Amino acid sequence: MQIEVRTQMLRMGRVGLLAGLVLAASPAHAFIAYVSNEKSNTVTVIDTDSWTVTKTIKVGQRPRGIDFTRDGKFVMVAVGDDDTIQMIDAKTQAVVDSLPSGPDPELFAQDAAGKILYVANENDNTVTVIDLEKRARLGDIQVGVEPEGMTISPDGKTLINTSETTNMAHFIDTASRQIVANVLVDARPRFAEFKHDSSEVWVSSEIGGTVSVIDPKKHEVIGKVTFEIPGLRKEAIQPVGIGMTKDDKTAFIALGPANRIAVVDVATRKVAKYLLVGQRVWHMAFTPDEKYLLTTNGVSNDVSVIDVAAQKVIKTIQVGELPWGIAIAP
Amino acid sequence: MIRWLAGLIGFGLAATSALAAEPALIGVGYLGIAGTRSTLSLVEQPAENDGVAGARLAIEDNNTTGKFLGQRFALEERRIREGEDVVQAATALADKNSFIITDLPADALLKVADALRGRGTLLFNAGAIDERLREADCRANVIHTAPTRAMLADALGQYLVWKKWSRWLLVVGSHDEDRLFADALRRAATRFGAKIVQEKTFEDKGGARRTDSGVTLIQRQMPVFTQGAPAYDVLVAADESEVFGAYLPYRTWDPRPVAGSAGLVPRSWDAAQDQWGAIQMQNRFVKLNARRMTALDMQAWTAARMIGEATSRTNSGDAKKVTDFIKGPDFSVAAFKGTRLTLRDWNLQLRQPILLVDGRMVVSVSPQEGFLHQVSELDTLGYDRPESKCKLK
Repeated sequence: MQIEVRTQMLRMGRVGLLAGLVLAASPAHAFIAYVSNEKSNTVTVIDTDSWTVTKTIKVGQRPRGIDFTRDGKFVMVAVGDDDTIQMIDAKTQAVVDSLPSGPDPELFAQDAAGKILYVANENDNTVTVIDLEKRARLGDIQVGVEPEGMTISPDGKTLINTSETTNMAHFIDTASRQIVANVLVDARPRFAEFKHDSSEVWVSSEIGGTVSVIDPKKHEVIGKVTFEIPGLRKEAIQPVGIGMTKDDKTAFIALGPANRIAVVDVATRKVAKYLLVGQRVWHMAFTPDEKYLLTTNGVSNDVSVIDVAAQKVIKTIQVGELPWGIAIAP
Repeated sequence: MIRWLAGLIGFGLAATSALAAEPALIGVGYLGIAGTRSTLSLVEQPAENDGVAGARLAIEDNNTTGKFLGQRFALEERRIREGEDVVQAATALADKNSFIITDLPADALLKVADALRGRGTLLFNAGAIDERLREADCRANVIHTAPTRAMLADALGQYLVWKKWSRWLLVVGSHDEDRLFADALRRAATRFGAKIVQEKTFEDKGGARRTDSGVTLIQRQMPVFTQGAPAYDVLVAADESEVFGAYLPYRTWDPRPVAGSAGLVPRSWDAAQDQWGAIQMQNRFVKLNARRMTALDMQAWTAARMIGEATSRTNSGDAKKVTDFIKGPDFSVAAFKGTRLTLRDWNLQLRQPILLVDGRMVVSVSPQEGFLHQVSELDTLGYDRPESKCKLK
């Protein structure tokens, strides 16, 4: 729909009506997406209005986890092989600073106020706690083998970390920085995502091939999302990234080498639809207006754009090599 | 499904409440032969702790998980010296350990398996690649984490055929295990449509692997040995005995690549493997053992991790429960190979992708694209269910 309007706009623009029409058609706000390219050691900047790459930023080695600071001023990108998290100034789009993250940072989460950052350090089974303002390390929390997925409850009181070889979601009290519960999930848990109403946390298991739905109060697995794609081996279905709409009605789950995003009805935990995207899809981000969902497709080196309402892939954008994570400016 | 779910939920509760209690001790034995074999290449010379070092890392990994579950793992290592009775050693190990990882020759392993059958000890064969242990001589109390010769040969064969190097010059050593590997390679050629244009035997006439001016001599011998072969694409060597294989690359009469026991080698694991999150485990291994990780280390790691996986899923250290779970339909283990690993229920062989390595890099990983199977593409490697002669008992 949006695309059609724009095409029309451009056509008419040629006859000199462009300026007036831009206002009249009132297109979606342009957002800026930042994509970490694990192999290229770069971050690709995408304009979501024109769907074009506007800049490629050189960063440290093996960029993976990526997110904005809450004030929108910086993009933080975990560069695992340089053992740090780099800060990209969103205005100048250049690396301006780095954080003392601990060895091999991969994914991280920040508290609601944007003051404390929690980083999963895969190499030494710890979560590092960082004061974002002072850029100082506050301490470590011992977790299971190969910590990876990180998320914070909407009320900021509980941090969830998943450990890939221990196969658990660790529930950590952010005040005391102590583990309060460990919930066993299927093999190689990669990513955790809270429902916006805090009633459930969803944890993807890459090798187990499932998403566990956990009751965060009782610390119990209360259900599982399973996937079946005709003509595809079970082993090729490897869930990783999860995106949930703000109304908590629809979840989008990246299925890795199955090259698909599963669209899941959150209430029934059943897959409604599979969307074919690029190869080895890992992570995703919504535009703030939730009109679009962008996914990173590692092996095909591109980003797929999904029209959220229509549940259709509308565009593919070439980025760097092995795109991994994505963040969109608030 | 419901029962399974209910089990998990119950377990979630138990896991939380078990924190304060005294941890349950789970004993894992490691039984191997003292001393190491000699290789042509000095850099390939196995360390004294080859294999058990991988088990040690997995025990550490299991203990990190175990501290959240109230489980503690301990490893007891035993090496047999010449003249010592393997059954006696195994029985002593079994007194304290319900699970024993073995790196033993086929006959010794069978003796141990039969001696311990009544005790409920579960054995993990991490070292022996012999087909017969999964076929006519299979045992219900032996799980195999080591791949078989046929799996290794098929993994290589698929790649060579994919590469369109389908004319093979096969050079076979004069020892029994060389001939067994050659059998597996011939079978792979037939299965995947390659042609063995000629077979040559390299006679082991004895002699030292380390000499002062050996290179000069080898450089004269190898071109002559490979001279006059019919047109071929790749030389495939079957030399498990480490007599000549490593001498072949760059020395063949015709400029051809070498594969099999040298050049491009099929292995369950390699120190260069860094995909699928493996880098973290490689780092942990180097930190713990001050050397790099071999295929045997990985086979032992996987065995000990299978035990840990089953004890955490069943929330139990009970040998019977753990064994039933490992052999059951819901078991799988993650081992940094891009896919879950499961057991072939007809012979208890672990399905696994096989790496093709050149000593510096992972060149490819089999099964190759396009080799299809109705159950699991991993079953395109090795003997499949319909061909199996195994009757588990």
